[in-house]
Amino acid sequence: MSMDRIEKTIVLHAPRSRVWRALSQAKEFGAWFGLALEGDFAPGARLTGRLTTPGHEHLTLEITVERVEPEHLLSYRWHPYAIEPGVDYASEPTTLVEFQLADVADGTQLTVVESGFEGIPLARRAIAFRMNDQGWAEQLTHIARYVAT
Amino acid sequence: MSRRSSGTRDPADAAPLFAALGDATRLALLDRLGAGGPQSITRLTAGSSVTRQAITKHLHILADAGLVHDSRRGRERIWTLDTKRLDEARRSLDQIAQQWDAALGRLKMFVEDEQESAPTTDSDALQRERNQP
Repeated sequence: MSMDRIEKTIVLHAPRSRVWRALSQAKEFGAWFGLALEGDFAPGARLTGRLTTPGHEHLTLEITVERVEPEHLLSYRWHPYAIEPGVDYASEPTTLVEFQLADVADGTQLTVVESGFEGIPLARRAIAFRMNDQGWAEQLTHIARYVAT
Repeated sequence: MSRRSSGTRDPADAAPLFAALGDATRLALLDRLGAGGPQSITRLTAGSSVTRQAITKHLHILADAGLVHDSRRGRERIWTLDTKRLDEARRSLDQIAQQWDAALGRLKMFVEDEQESAPTTDSDALQRERNQP
């Protein structure tokens, strides 16, 4: 029983280079994630972006890039629930998000692992879990609609 | 965001739950109770390097979080796993997992739509993609 990590795998019917571009170019990443992100994913780089969902534009996410291995691996750290305005999250632990790419017969297999939840302050975890349930679901609907048009 | 839907616990309720789960010995105890069913401290301590006293302390922390409960059987206390609270904890993590599902679904649309709408054949598009620096 792991309470520390989330792992997801999906097969994308697109070449690895295409998937890599969607992950590693900040603008493209932001387009499907729902984040106005600028800059390059380079090791050590810090990217800040505002959420683009109506009603959530006041929220920003900060990403600190760790590893960039073209068409193979991209990893970054972030504060998974940096959602309360006016709170300084700089001193709090982050979670690590890792994207791994592999060729499969009909496209590209992408694995995402987010780990380090045990390090997140408990009170925030508890609040965030609740926030996620309500805020994100709404946000995702908007994004799905946007992408589909 | 202050909506309080039915079935949503107050955050203050969840904090001790995660505190209780954030310890290797306690997670091991939950595993043993899950795999071996209700059992006594004597059995839970068997084969462990942790003292009976420490195990007792951990069990009480788990009990305070609503993860286990004890009952008296003869001269012994029998500890039982309460799966309801564990399910709640797992559900919390599941919510984040669902966000990833949704995000990956959008990524899938994002990269696959382009393939379908490309004017060239699939293999041409594939070739062109591969040739990019």
